[in-house]
Amino acid sequence: MTDRYDAIVVGGGHNGLVCAALLGRSGKQVLVLEANDQVGGAAVTREFVDGYAVSACAHLLYQLQPSVVKDLKLKPKLVSEDMTTIALGDNGQHVRIQGRSVDGVNDTDAESYRGFHKRMTRFADLLRTFFNKTPPRLGTTDFKDLLTLGQLGFDVRRLGKTEMREFLRLIGINIHDELNERFENPLLKGALSLDAVLGTHLGPRSPNTIMTYLYRLAGDHGRIASPLGGMGSVSDELAMAATEAGVTIRTGMPVSRIVVDNGRVVGVETESGERFDSLTIVSNADPKQTIMELVGARHVETGFTHRIHHMRMKGNAAKLHLALDGLPAIDGLSNSDYAQRIVIAPDEHYVERAFNPAKYGESSPEPVVEITFPSFRDSALAPAGKQVMSAVVQYAPYERKGGWTDAARQELEAAAIRVIERYAPDITERIVASELLTPADIEREFHITGGHWHHGELTLDQLMFVRPVCGAAQYRMPIDGLYLCGAGAHPGGGVSGAAGRNAARAILRREKAA
Amino acid sequence: MSIQQVHQGRLRSPFYARLAALDTLNSWHEWKGYSSADALYCDETEYFAIRNATAVFDLTPMTKYRISGPDALEYINRLVTRDMHKIKPGRVAYAVWCDDRGQVIDDGTIFHLTEGEYRLCSQERHFAWLQTAAIGFDVSIVLETDEVAALAVQGPTSFTVLKTMGLNGLEGLKPFGLMNFDFDGADLMVSRTGFTGDLGYELWIQPDKAELLWDALFEAGKLHGIRAMGTHALELARIEAGYLAAHEDFLPADATLRNGRTRSPFELGLHWLVDFKKPNFNGRRALAEEMRRGSTWRLVKLDIEGNKAAHHSYIFAKERGNKKEIGFVTSAAWSPVCKQNIALGTVRMPHGAVGSNVWVEIFYQREMHWSRAMAKATVVDKPFWFPPRRSVTPPGPY
Repeated sequence: MTDRYDAIVVGGGHNGLVCAALLGRSGKQVLVLEANDQVGGAAVTREFVDGYAVSACAHLLYQLQPSVVKDLKLKPKLVSEDMTTIALGDNGQHVRIQGRSVDGVNDTDAESYRGFHKRMTRFADLLRTFFNKTPPRLGTTDFKDLLTLGQLGFDVRRLGKTEMREFLRLIGINIHDELNERFENPLLKGALSLDAVLGTHLGPRSPNTIMTYLYRLAGDHGRIASPLGGMGSVSDELAMAATEAGVTIRTGMPVSRIVVDNGRVVGVETESGERFDSLTIVSNADPKQTIMELVGARHVETGFTHRIHHMRMKGNAAKLHLALDGLPAIDGLSNSDYAQRIVIAPDEHYVERAFNPAKYGESSPEPVVEITFPSFRDSALAPAGKQVMSAVVQYAPYERKGGWTDAARQELEAAAIRVIERYAPDITERIVASELLTPADIEREFHITGGHWHHGELTLDQLMFVRPVCGAAQYRMPIDGLYLCGAGAHPGGGVSGAAGRNAARAILRREKAA
Repeated sequence: MSIQQVHQGRLRSPFYARLAALDTLNSWHEWKGYSSADALYCDETEYFAIRNATAVFDLTPMTKYRISGPDALEYINRLVTRDMHKIKPGRVAYAVWCDDRGQVIDDGTIFHLTEGEYRLCSQERHFAWLQTAAIGFDVSIVLETDEVAALAVQGPTSFTVLKTMGLNGLEGLKPFGLMNFDFDGADLMVSRTGFTGDLGYELWIQPDKAELLWDALFEAGKLHGIRAMGTHALELARIEAGYLAAHEDFLPADATLRNGRTRSPFELGLHWLVDFKKPNFNGRRALAEEMRRGSTWRLVKLDIEGNKAAHHSYIFAKERGNKKEIGFVTSAAWSPVCKQNIALGTVRMPHGAVGSNVWVEIFYQREMHWSRAMAKATVVDKPFWFPPRRSVTPPGPY
């Protein structure tokens, strides 16, 4: 059976759904093929043990773009809109960071932080305007490209001489140096280091970590939200918007191949052998999988294959889900604090030391942990009186020496629990069940090469004009009719929808031009 | 304690001892790590052996890669611009390969040895590029330059010489074909290929049989004017045949830094090698775009008035009153066999259409003083030297 669609979106991740919905709203017949049984990709809520559900991969909302919310008339239901980050310290002496203010540090640090936050937010805003645009080609004569480029130049220049210099100084350097110039409090430095490196293969001393920090702020001024019903509710809403726009969504349909005929895409084939025809294929899969597996190297050219092949996208973060028979007792936390984001990164050196083994293919014996208790404000996620904990555990290199054997997994889980136990001594006895997702599991379950959330490191050599690789940053791949709409495209990862929206706009614009 | 002697300096080909024994000039140069003779007796004598008898050239230093594996055909087919599905086992293809921008990296010959097993021969080394191109293909690429001793046996009597040597059945071998023979228990591969534009063959054998092969060849050729030759004679012959040389008539794209210094296959007159019926090959998109927009450069074969070789000359559109040159000569020679002053050059489009005239500025030196001449040149289509005997099968006895 073959069907002719105006566009087929391969993968129903959040970006794929945004893209499909926008294409659908412009009157196109769109088909979304999702491999898993539910849409959302890495933005899903699922039960990991009877009665306990959790956001399976992404668990916090940093950067859902207002443009996406507006375009699709979304009304995301949030349990909290602006979470506080609590950096756990010894003896209940914690540091709380919210927006521009920080609590639990001395006055000098608090003052410094206000200045730091103001400047960083200003720089992040530069990136943010850029997030919603197709990155311009360099050396082009295309008017729209020149306009975007001019706008970026103007925005940078408008910072003023001093701030522009500061921006250019900071953009490539590491966050460790910057934090140590400004702050004294180790917990503050630890928490900000963690923000800069979460989900990357970088330590706070790695170059580029100011950039990743800015990237995090760029989403929504660093505001962190948590959706009601877990991350899956965002995807469900997107799927609804897509369906209302006339999009056909089919789940449990893994695409095995993007069919190329005479240098252009003509359709896709699913693993079950079904064939769907369309002259526009939009891949929500990561760039490596799209090009190397779904399309195949023989259909693209050597230089391009080479660049895609060498994209850095090996995940280094694991996800730990615990089913608990009650909230663990953490010294110094008030009851409402359990609704916040809790991090374990006692100082910047701790984070760097956690990263050290990852360079050599080993997981951290003392990992960095980011914890939320999603069931605290959203009781539907756990049986009555019970709780779930969702934590990011870092570092856990995708290519672990000796592989992710059962022993290796147990080792990492034990290490994470040991670290949590220092602050929550009763955690072990409260555990009813647990689930650990290593990057290898994330790769398998969410079909992301390397298990890297962002579909590729968010470093300067893989951002903006060169994301995913140079020569393909405008969503259009070098095969006629093939587009990329996932996190591997500009602006990158996080549940933002920006890549999906930009891709849809690029497709429609291209069609208009043709 | 003694210091272990490590081999440094130039390699010697398995034919080195035989060449050295014939050498009277001691004029050698380096070719991809090997010693290679400029000439052994005299450039002209060796050149005339190519055109009138048989000349033997040691091409062992030629870079050779063995390409095999389940995806070998698909791999090579994406690598080069021509359709390799048409090259059956036992056939050889001249081919050119490009980067993603459609700029020529090199040209060379690809031997389809047996089903799915290929040898790629080129002037330059390309291991890095070939490896990069292998990403996503199940293919093995092995450098085998040292493992194969090779001789070019070129000239009108070459067939007779090889026949005399006992290669029965060679008469059926067509140009760009290859055959295998038993030679002293070893496999001797003979291909009807060469770089001289004349009747000729190339012989490929394992290195330990090299000297034995040389001796048998020269014994068989005694009465047929066989001679060893160096690169000077070959260079003249290849210009007459209109063949391109890397680093002379084009620069390998992967070794060129400046924009605009590389050339596409179209700009080298190799349109016939680019097969747009193939859905994909390296450079296809860029070349299709070039087809649409037009090329910047054109390779020209020039028949120049006078007898002063136009080495490195500027090419002009008119005899005088030119504001700017339109191109330059890349290879030039006085052709003894054609009695023509010939050159290969590169000119900006739309100059250099076949049959048109251009002017070549030739500087020449007479007793220290330099003089300048403007010579009229005609752009020709065909190679300067293209004798029928080159392609007649079976070749005639000369």
